[in-house]
Order: sequence, then structure tokens, then C-alpha cells
Amino acid sequence: MGSDGTSGADRPEGKHMHAVDPATLQVIGKPWRKVDARSRVTGQTRFADDLKLPRMLFCKLLRSTVAHARIVSVDTSAAEALPGVHAVLRGEELPNTFGILPVSQDEHTLCYDKVRFIGDPVVAIAAVDEDTAWDACRLVKVEYEKLDVVTDVFEAAKQEDNRIHDYGRGGNLHRQEHLEFGDMDAGFAESDLVREDVFFFEGNTHLPMEEHSTLAFRDPDGKVTVMSSTQTPHYLHKALSKVLVDHVPAHKIRVIACPNGGGFGGKSDPFNHEIAAAALSIKTGRPVKITLTREEVFQTHRGRHPVLMKSRIGVTKTGRIKALDFETHLDGGAYGSYGTASTFYTGALQTVTYPVENYHFRGARWFTNKAPCGPKRGHGTPQPRFGLEVQLDKIAVELGINPAVLRRQNLVDAHSLTANWMRIGSMGLGTCIDKVVEGSGFLERWGKQPYGKGIGIACSSYLSGAGLPIYWNAMPHSGVQLKLDRSGLVTVFCGSTDIGQGSNSILAYIVAEVFGLEPQDLRIVTSDTDLTPVDLGSYSSRVTVMTGNAALQAAERAREMIVGPVADKLEVPKGRLTFAGGRVFDCEDPERGMSFAEAVQIAEAKLGTLGTTGSYRPPRAAARFKGGGVGPSPSYSYTAAIVEVDVDPETGIYKVPKIWVAHDIGRALNPALVVGQVEGSVYMGLGEAMMEEMSYRGNRFGVHKIPSMLEYKTPTSMEMPEVVTWIVEDPDPNGPFGAKEAGQGPLLPIMPAVANAVYDAVGVRVDEVPVTPEKVFDAMQKKARGQEGRYGPNELPSIEWPEPRRVRTPWQGGTGVEVEREATEARS
Amino acid sequence: MLRLPRFTYHRPTSAAEAVKIAADHGPASQYVAGGTDLYPNMKRRVQTPTEVIALSGCADLVGVSGSAAEGITVGAMTTLTSLEKDPALQAAHPALVHAASVISTPLLRNMGTIGGNLLLDTRCNYYDQSHEWRESISFCMKCSGDTCWVAPSSPRCWAVQSSDTVPLLCAVGAEVSLIGPEGERRIPVADLYQDDGIAFTTKKPGELLTHLHLPAVDGTWRASYRKLRRRDTFDFPVLGIGAWLRFDGDVCTAAEIRIGGAGSYAIPATKTAELLIGEKLVAGDAAAEERITAAAQEAFKPTRAMDNTDHFASWRKKMAPVFVARALRDCLG
Ligand SMILES: Cc1cc2nc3c(=O)[nH]c(=O)nc-3n(C[C@H](O)[C@H](O)[C@H](O)COP(=O)(O)OP(=O)(O)OC[C@H]3O[C@@H](n4cnc5c(N)ncnc54)[C@H](O)[C@@H]3O)c2cc1C
Ligand code: SF4
Repeated sequence: MGSDGTSGADRPEGKHMHAVDPATLQVIGKPWRKVDARSRVTGQTRFADDLKLPRMLFCKLLRSTVAHARIVSVDTSAAEALPGVHAVLRGEELPNTFGILPVSQDEHTLCYDKVRFIGDPVVAIAAVDEDTAWDACRLVKVEYEKLDVVTDVFEAAKQEDNRIHDYGRGGNLHRQEHLEFGDMDAGFAESDLVREDVFFFEGNTHLPMEEHSTLAFRDPDGKVTVMSSTQTPHYLHKALSKVLVDHVPAHKIRVIACPNGGGFGGKSDPFNHEIAAAALSIKTGRPVKITLTREEVFQTHRGRHPVLMKSRIGVTKTGRIKALDFETHLDGGAYGSYGTASTFYTGALQTVTYPVENYHFRGARWFTNKAPCGPKRGHGTPQPRFGLEVQLDKIAVELGINPAVLRRQNLVDAHSLTANWMRIGSMGLGTCIDKVVEGSGFLERWGKQPYGKGIGIACSSYLSGAGLPIYWNAMPHSGVQLKLDRSGLVTVFCGSTDIGQGSNSILAYIVAEVFGLEPQDLRIVTSDTDLTPVDLGSYSSRVTVMTGNAALQAAERAREMIVGPVADKLEVPKGRLTFAGGRVFDCEDPERGMSFAEAVQIAEAKLGTLGTTGSYRPPRAAARFKGGGVGPSPSYSYTAAIVEVDVDPETGIYKVPKIWVAHDIGRALNPALVVGQVEGSVYMGLGEAMMEEMSYRGNRFGVHKIPSMLEYKTPTSMEMPEVVTWIVEDPDPNGPFGAKEAGQGPLLPIMPAVANAVYDAVGVRVDEVPVTPEKVFDAMQKKARGQEGRYGPNELPSIEWPEPRRVRTPWQGGTGVEVEREATEARS
Repeated sequence: MLRLPRFTYHRPTSAAEAVKIAADHGPASQYVAGGTDLYPNMKRRVQTPTEVIALSGCADLVGVSGSAAEGITVGAMTTLTSLEKDPALQAAHPALVHAASVISTPLLRNMGTIGGNLLLDTRCNYYDQSHEWRESISFCMKCSGDTCWVAPSSPRCWAVQSSDTVPLLCAVGAEVSLIGPEGERRIPVADLYQDDGIAFTTKKPGELLTHLHLPAVDGTWRASYRKLRRRDTFDFPVLGIGAWLRFDGDVCTAAEIRIGGAGSYAIPATKTAELLIGEKLVAGDAAAEERITAAAQEAFKPTRAMDNTDHFASWRKKMAPVFVARALRDCLG
């Protein structure tokens, strides 16, 4: 690479350098260790709960013991009188509501009028130690007037007058979305095969190793600092500013996201405990720390929504999808959280893998008296993906086509638009399928193995960052500042948060690549609202693409600043300067050059203090209809997975000996990190497929059945099968160096691939996640009795739907807006 | 993290001293061996001794002695890891070694003892919960309340026998020694338990379990343990079958099958045993296979799986005959 003195944006490889020749890269594409690897593995990383300050107090929350009730009275007098208690915080003290989305500001720091699930916080107590705070909580007397408990979507529909919230679509319906693209009747009429299936995907949770923890303190000038295990410091800052508005102005609040011991989406809402700790630190003038127990982490939740769904699909003889009619019902739990987005996500990405000619989506989210659901790895898309991929497997069987072939011959085109106006960029799914099919011998094995042995395939796609921010604004989604020091040190400032995925390292790799430095030599300062420019947070697989592009822009700009003065000094044309090996030199005469530090000094002497910024906003979406804000992304990653199972026909117990997975990442900025994300996704997906469930006892007041690490079943490292991973690289023009996401997409195909493999092994369908041995056994028994060999749901709540928003597809000549609006736009 | 309540920690150096401390403090005291069961229960506030008597300093409670032919004795404080690794036990009692090796994780087996395993509290997922959780449902009969949430109309507690070694040790006819304020006694392991989720043991207050005595190995009997659980790495049994068959040549002359993890004690599958006695049972023989399958069917009825463990109760009950049959097949020569 090289620069001829024009701005970085005009580099010949493209604005985001996606077309760069990999042979010229020194850092990108190489397995450099993570910049924080050594401190993590030697136990020196300081997580929020490791922090201690002098005079620190400990906070505990008294949480509701009933699932749905009006609060009649709260008597905290005995708790306040307990020696060692410094402050008791009650709900009325902080009347402002908060919530992650502007459309659902429905949470209070502490409840004072109503509680909505077991675990809803009512009182917060700060005391000299945790034991005293816990004892004090036991002295609080709360009188509840119990209300009926709503435990699932059917109950939510039935108990229309027993409303959990007084906003939403009426009754307990939080959201209801209805979109139609194309001509469904024509699509079904042209189909050779139409089938309808009902599926259920049980809720599950993130289960990060680190329990949420927050330390808040107020300094003598009245500034409040909140250090927390959060994935979204910027959004937390916004919530704190809103709730604490009468106590501290926004510019005096500083949020520092500590390194997260796992997030997976579970630390991306602003939480009660964070705000309570901040409020108590203001109230007491002392540092206040709170660390949740594992049970409280289950209550904090915001995990995978249980989704009940129906899919009616029409295909041609070759498996081309002529029409897809998809209906989802999300069991949202007690609060809005990200639920509005989740609802749209259950309908957004069905179209981005195989072309869907006509598409109809209906999605409903219900409030129930359970821990609130939100975003978990894959946010809202794994559930419909499960339904679609299992349904396609059934279609392959009916059509007599191998399911891998059926998928392979029906792929969306790269750089195309889908029925619902998602803009596809690079698309490597075909290669992914080829890799796993070849690696596993799928064509020779599927349908041909002895009874009990099975193999199943599924594919998926996921977005590389949401196209829109959570609150509407025209500012960048990600900002990076660079400071270049005379010592040769480059400091990268960015608001992004490393939750273990390696986002700090990505910043280092990109900037180091541009400057020809080693990533470990850079200083990375992130996730501190006082010091770093805003990045929206670690969610929706946005960080690599968005912070990466911002960092690339900042680095290119800084390189540009250095190049001029150094070229003058060396008397070399600017375009011949190369940055490599910690030096800046003439590529035609490498002896002629200087160290990077000297280059910085020369530039600083000429230009003054050196610093640049870079920022990123995703391209404008093609989807312009209402509801089209969820789903568009700079690019989509693709994954294909094949799972092998051994089913014990006597019990239904099955093992997964091996998984093959191929992931189209665009370009791997660091292949080791990509493989780590892929394998981690496989592991998490396998847990969802086989055993994980957020189960509640509906007949026992709505308690969570198993809020512990022992009884909430998740695979241990010993259950992890052998995983063969391929990285497929098809650089995307919107990604930094062509990169797309890796953190979420590879999870998605695992659940349907397991269900499909079980079918291949023993000929029964479990149309439900998790696929547990008892369900397999039950379906086998049914089959043996001559009934349908299936375990799964049969019906959805029946409700009225509003008129759909109708949008014409690109191939109908649509423009990406509703049909009605097309007319007005045409007129004006 | 849940925190332990405050307590006084006693460190006796002999069994006799431990028994004396227990007698001095009465019901406020409890022994602790590896603590892998007691401490979690204390954190959840379902057991709240204020005097905890640690047995780890009692050298007279540790170790494996005796011979296979005369009968091996294992000290109560022997860890599960030592038991599993002991060459004499590996040779003479492979089924017991297997049962111990499938208990939980290596870390817990390094701490957990055979004595603690024999006296492991019964489990129930309405009971193995934090104070706050149990308050939400309003406390159950086994701790502070009066309703059994598993079977609200039932006058008793149905918490589940969950030790992996117990069904096997009952089946093979092992014995234990106990000492207490009233002296020493030796009883069959089977008599240490009774069918009640709360008062699940017949151990008297303050009594200390000192030794486990394994039956003599004379080549006439074989035993097996088969465990059902979600994850082979970690989980408690939701069904644990101990099976023991004595042979005269190919003919089964005595049988004992115990179903663990499916009731408050290791339930005898009496009918199954009766159907096997007097029968010719040879591995690989079709008639024997059939006899075993048929006999194992009789284990369905006595299995009392309830909805208070992992997995659907109905499936666990249906699995009993399958696992009993597998355990019996293991016992064929
Ligand atoms: C995550 C987890 C998984 C587990 N999985 C299993 C499993 O799969 N299978 C299984 O069987 N167990 C399992 N356990 C339970 C436990 O670890 C074992 O049963 C272990 O053997 C208990 O022994 P301990 O020495 O730690 O008992 P402790 O906790 O010290 O004691 C248990 C009880 O016995 C009493 N006691 C102990 N020793 C004596 C004695 N000598 N005399 C009188 N009373 C005594 C104590 O007072 C206490 O009531 C698991 C535990 C955990 C935490
Ligand atoms: S079986 Fe009933 S009484 Fe016993 S622990 Fe469980 S809920 Fe409580």
C-alpha cells in the first residue's frame, strides 16, 4: 500500500480498504495475541468486583417475593435502625423512569407502585458490609396486594384486564407488527409444495461467568463516577442522567465500563442496581459497591425470548421459496427492554440467506410476570432461524432433495436486495456449505447411516451492526481519537467496551497496521465516558465494523499528517513512503528512512500537537418503511454448520461427537479470534440446542425453577464436541479491510442442525428448543404407536392483527417504502 | 455470591473428641467433613448450625484397611478421590469405585468424603434454593414451612435420595459403624435410611459415622451401578441403580436392586429381584436377556419420580426399567 498525498479515503483499495492485497498486510489477518491477553490469563485484569475504595459501603437490593402485586406499603424503619446501615433508598426517591429504548421507558430504579416479577427490586440498602446489608433487607416490611400472575403468552392473551403495564397495544400486548412484501396469494399459487409448521424456542439466559457488579462514588466536587460491568457505558450514562437529573447533571456523571467477564447481551441494558449504587453514593457521600448473586443475575436476565412461531411456506420443486408467511409470539417478561427491536428481529433476517419472493411477517410481544427478556447473542433471530431451517429440512425430505443441495441451489445473490429491502453485501454462504459438506461427507452420510446415527445441516446469517442507533440521532455510531506522542506511542481512545471478544485488540490491530507498528506497543483507552468519544456499545455485532472503520479513518488521517513532513525531510515522493517494522521509509530504498518516533517528532515540529479523530455511520438503509429500521446493516455474515449425533433409541439420550462449521467473515482481522468466536458460538448454541431453559413454575406463583449454575443446565467443557472450523473470506466493501461479524452468527445454525440430525438418526421431529432426551423419547414412542413422530407445539394465541404495512418488493418495482407512501412520494 | 451465616468452628483431633463436642452443643451443632454439601446448604440457610465440628483433623477416620477376602473397611473421612484411586478397592469393588468416580467433579471429589456422601442431605429443587427464593414460594415443609410444594396435599416430604454410592452400598449389603453418646453400633447401610425426605436417616442426634464396611469378596457375586443425569461431568443422579446378583454357577441365587434418585431412600426393586432368583442368567443368552428385560419392567412401579429434580418425572420413571436392565446385564459373567 502507499499514499500519493491524497486523503486516506481515496486509497486505491477503497474507503474501507476491503480490496487490499493481503500479502501487503503485517498485522491484519495474522494471529496476534490479544492486547489484554497477558493480564487476563495472569489474573491481573480488574473486573468491577475486584475494585475496592477506602470507606466503601456495600449495597444489597431487597427484591420482590411476589410476581405481580400492587405495593401497599414499605416499612424500612427497622432496617434504617440496624447498626451498620448507612442509607436506605426507596422507590419514590427516584420517580423518573428509564429503559434502554426511548419507546419503552418503563422501569423504575426501585418499584414503589407495583412489582411485576419475582426479583423486581423494591429497596436498596447501603451498609458497612454485605452481611449487614442482607440482614437489613430482611427487616424491611413490604405489604403487597397480590394480582393474578401472567406466566406465558396464552395467559397474557387471556388475562386482558389484568394488565402488567398500562402502555402498549392494549391488554398485555406490548408490541404488534405486521408487514407484507409482495403478493402472498400469487406466491402460494405458484408453489409446488406448501407446508405449515408450529415451533417453540424456549427462553434461555446468557450465563456470563462474571456476575454484574457496580462501584459508584462521588468526588468532593460533586462528580459521580460509576464503574460497572456493562456492555453499553454510553446508554448507561444516558439512563443515569435521566433518573438522577435532580441530583447530578449529565456532564458530571462519568461511566467507566470495566472489562466484562462475559456479556453476550446480558449487560447491555441500564440496570436498577447500577442506578441504585450511584444514588446511594450520592446519598452517603461514600463509595458504594454492589455485586449481584447468581440468582440475581438470573432475575436481571434480558436473555433470549421464548418464541412461539408458525411458518407457512410455499416452494417450487427445486426448493425456491415463493412465499413465506411467518408469525411470532414473544414472551417478553415484565419489562420492555430491547423487546421492540427483538420483535422486529424475529422477522427481519428470514430473507437474507435463501431468496424469499414474497414475504409476510406478523410479530407480537407479550408482557408476562417473569424476568424481562432482551438481547442474547443472535438477538431475536435464532428463534425464527430454528423454525425456518427445520422447516426446510422437512421440505428437503418431502421433495426428495438432499438438504445441503436444496440450500446450496437456493442462495441469495451477493450485492442484492431482499424482499424486505435488506441490502446484501458480500455473500460467502455457498463456499461455507461446500466446506462443511465436503469436510463431513454429508452427501454420503445423510439418510444412509444406521438407525441411531444422524447428521444434520443448517445455515444462518447475522448482521454486522445495527444500521440505526437505539435513540434517533444523526451523530456517528462510533468515534475514535488518536494521540501521537513524541515517544512514538500511539494512544487510541474509543468508547467501545471489550467484553472478552477482543474489541480493544481490534482497535490496536487496525491502527498498528496503518502505522506499521506492533499492536502490543499501542495504548488502548476505551469505555470511559469522560475520556473517550462515544461508541454506542458492544451489541448487535457492531464493534469490529464500526469502531474498526472509525479507527481506520483516524489512523489514515494521522498517517496523512505524518507523510508530508517526513517526505519533505527525506526528499522522497509521499507516495513512496512505507510504514513498517516501526519505521517510515522509502519503499524503493528502505535504508532511507527513520523510526516511527522520529517521524512523529518531525510532524509535530511542523504541525503542532498531533491528534486525529475518525468516526463511522452505517450507510443509509434501502428499507425506508416504518419498521424497516431493524435488520439493515453494513453487511451480513454467513455460516453453515453440520452436526453429528448418536441417539440411544432406548432412552432418547443423544451425544454430539462432532460439529463442522464454516463462517464467512468477510476478512478475518485476526483468524485466531474469529475461530474463538465461532467455537464459542458453537458451544453456546449447543447449550441452547440440548439443554438450556429459563423455566418457571407457572403453577407455583411464577418462581424461576432453577436459578443456579448447577441446575440451569449448560454444557461444561467436557460436553464440548470436536469442532472443525473453516474461515471463509469474501471481503465486504463496507467492512474495515473487508471484515464482517463473527460474534453471533455462528451460534444460529447449531440448534436447527441438532434437531435435523436427530431426525436423520431416529426419524422423529422435535420442533422445539431445547431438544431434550425426554422429548426425543416421547416422539419416538408416539411414532412406535403409529402416531406422528413429533414433539412440539400445535397452536398460537389467536389475536386480531392490524392491517399490514404493505411494501412492494424490489422486483415488483418498489421503492422501499409503504405502498401508500409510494403514491404520495410520487405525487410530490 | 451467597455468604455463609456466622458460626463457631471446632477442630477436634479424634472421633471421640468430636462426639463429645457434639454432645455438649446438642442440636445447634453439626459435623462437617468435606463441606461440599453442608456449606452450600448453610449458604442457602436450609441448615443453620451455629457450631460446626470439622472432622478433617480426626486421623482415626481416614483410610482403607482390611482385605478383599475378609472385608475392606473405609474410614468415613476418606475422600472420594482416594477411594476411587485405591488399588485394593479398584480390584475388589469396581462398582463402588465407579459409583464414586461419577460423583460430581474432580474438585468436589477431592474435598467430598465417603461419610459425607452417605449422609448427603436429600435434595429437592424447592429446597435447594436461597432464602429469598424459598420465601417467594413461602417456605416448604422440609425447612421452616408446612406445605410440600411437590405434592401439596401430601403430609410428607418427598425430597430425593441423591447419593451415588448409597443405592449400590444398600444392594451389596455393606455396613457402617457409628459412635455416639450411647456408644458404638454397626448396622447394615440399608438400615441407615428411612422413607422420609426430612428424617431420611436413622442416625441418632450427635452420632458420628466412623467407618464403612464392605462385604467380603468371594467370587460368588457381582454388582453394578448405573446413573442417569443430564451431564456426565457434573450432575447429581436423577436415577441411580445399584444392582447385586449372587450366582451358583450360572444360576442366580440372590439378588438385590436399589433405585436411587427416585424417592426419599434407595427403593428396593423387590419384584425384579424375585423374578431373577433361581434363573439361569448368562451373558449373551437370548433367554437370559428376555428374563432380565421382563424383570426390569417391574422396576417401573416402585420408582417414585416426582417433579422436583432435573428432567421430566414421567421420563425418569420410564427410564428405570432401562437402567435396571443395564445394571443387571453388567452383573452377568
Ligand atoms: C455441584 C455439586 C455436585 C454434586 N454432585 C454429586 C453427585 O453427582 N453425586 C453425589 O453423590 N453427590 C454429589 N454432590 C454432593 C457432595 O459433594 C457429595 O455427596 C460428597 O460426598 C459429600 O461429602 P462431604 O464430605 O463434602 O460432606 P459434608 O458436606 O461435609 O457433609 C454432608 C452431611 O453429612 C454429615 N456428615 C459428614 N460426615 C459425617 C460423619 N462422619 N458422621 C456424621 N455426619 C457426617 C454432615 O453433617 C452433613 O450433614 C455434589 C455437590 C455439589 C456441590
Ligand atoms: S419434597 Fe416437598 S417438603 Fe420436601 S423439600 Fe421438596 S417441597 Fe419441600
